[in-house]
Amino acid sequence: MNPAWSVVLFTTLAGAGQGLYLALFAAQAGGRLLQAGMAIALALLGAGLLASFFHLGHPERAWRAAAMWRTSWLSREVIVLPAFMALVLAYGLMPGMALGALGAVACVALFVCTGMIYACLPFLQEWRTPLTIVNFTLLGCASGLTAAAALAAWLEPALARPFAQAALVVGALAYLGRIASLARNARLRPKSTLATAIGVKHPRIRQIAQGAMGGSFNTREFFHGRPREVVRAARWTLLALVFPAPAALVLAGPGSAPLLAAAFLLQYAGLLAERWYFFAEAKHPQNLYYQSIA
Amino acid sequence: MTTKQLALVIDLNVCVGCHACVTSCKGWNNAGEAGPLTDQNPYGADPSGTFFNRVQTFEVGEFPKTETVHFPKSCLHCEDPPCVPVCPTGASYKRAEDGIVLVDYDKCIGCKYCSWACPYGAREIDESQKVMKKCTLCVDRIYDQKLPEAERKPACVLACPTSARLFGDIHDPESEASRAIREQGGYALMPEWGTQPANHYLPRRKTEKHLHADELVRHDNPLKVDGKLPRPDAGEPALDDVTSW
Repeated sequence: MNPAWSVVLFTTLAGAGQGLYLALFAAQAGGRLLQAGMAIALALLGAGLLASFFHLGHPERAWRAAAMWRTSWLSREVIVLPAFMALVLAYGLMPGMALGALGAVACVALFVCTGMIYACLPFLQEWRTPLTIVNFTLLGCASGLTAAAALAAWLEPALARPFAQAALVVGALAYLGRIASLARNARLRPKSTLATAIGVKHPRIRQIAQGAMGGSFNTREFFHGRPREVVRAARWTLLALVFPAPAALVLAGPGSAPLLAAAFLLQYAGLLAERWYFFAEAKHPQNLYYQSIA
Repeated sequence: MTTKQLALVIDLNVCVGCHACVTSCKGWNNAGEAGPLTDQNPYGADPSGTFFNRVQTFEVGEFPKTETVHFPKSCLHCEDPPCVPVCPTGASYKRAEDGIVLVDYDKCIGCKYCSWACPYGAREIDESQKVMKKCTLCVDRIYDQKLPEAERKPACVLACPTSARLFGDIHDPESEASRAIREQGGYALMPEWGTQPANHYLPRRKTEKHLHADELVRHDNPLKVDGKLPRPDAGEPALDDVTSW
């Protein structure tokens, strides 16, 4: 697939906002930390929402996307996201256990919806695994916890250390989950071949023409077109920045706001690489029909 | 299974890869009720455009034992279309009355999710109108009472010079399309995903003459001495091998 920056930004920004909300709710933070945290979580979710609009050909019709919640995970996400944002706002204004718990449920539901958008497509084998949802959730929580630690170091230093410790634990789990999915996807065998694509039972089939000399939607949307080195670089970037580098910074200064903020930014950069790679790695079976231009 | 399911049956044994179906499709759907079907930079250096139908060419085997397969590819109007349930707005739908999978261009938000959910790459976004488009089986022509009945078929079917494209209801066992699938080994693409495509393809078939050893021997000439038969008189009927002396 060709990674769309709108979707890469949306899933990573919203994930961080969701993680931040869960961290502050779980710690039962209050006062300035809670208000600032909810404001930042809303800003992250809002920025993600804004980014997601750039994915649409007709953003002015986006309201229609709430219609098919019975069958479409995308539609479910479109409903849960604004509901969660409203709950984040409400919890920031009048914190309460019931309201916060409701927000947490919406938060987890949003992780599930976002993950299922990808995991529900049977022939994108790289995504068709529970690890997709687990990783979206854990990676979002990890970056949210790092953000919470940075924020706490600034506004409520007593909470900085527990947040930092939680960020390390959840970050390590997220890292393991991501490595597990990398290992799984490296061993995948594509179910579809050129033989099943055109229905000719022969092991040696090669495309001569794809029906157009220029590119088409099919060549632009489903191929990232980057050299192998770029994809490999993205994988090494995610392996270095999703956990090891921010963990080193957290360990170096578990109470220091600048170091924790740097850890969050570094981890977020790693998550951008992670999400880019998530899309670039997925091989759509339609690509079998677009192997060579002429 | 009792309701109608319109579909194309494409005979790969007959297709010569002339692209007449592509141009007629583009022509009809660019100018028809659902048009335009836009192109970008069509006469420039990097042309691109939206098509419902493309003819691709594959080479099977290894030189010198190769065979060229021309492969027309369009929406297969799956009986269980994976592109429909994922649509968040309901713009993508499968018609109950005839099984055609369609997009309501006025409801489509251009999120492209349905194209991700199609393993065949049958959907293409219209880069000018920013909505998803796909083969409609010429729904704006096949029911048009103003047309003579013989012309109430998809444009590609009418254009095909070799009659490689059959159109019909594959749930009616007596339709031309059903009979072709049944009697000529019609198959579906990528059956591994369970999408049950309505469109079928007929395989390449080789007509080979098998000569068995006994067919090379003339059993009616037991002496194996062709040409040594006594010459018949001029008045005799000269039916070699039939009359005997």
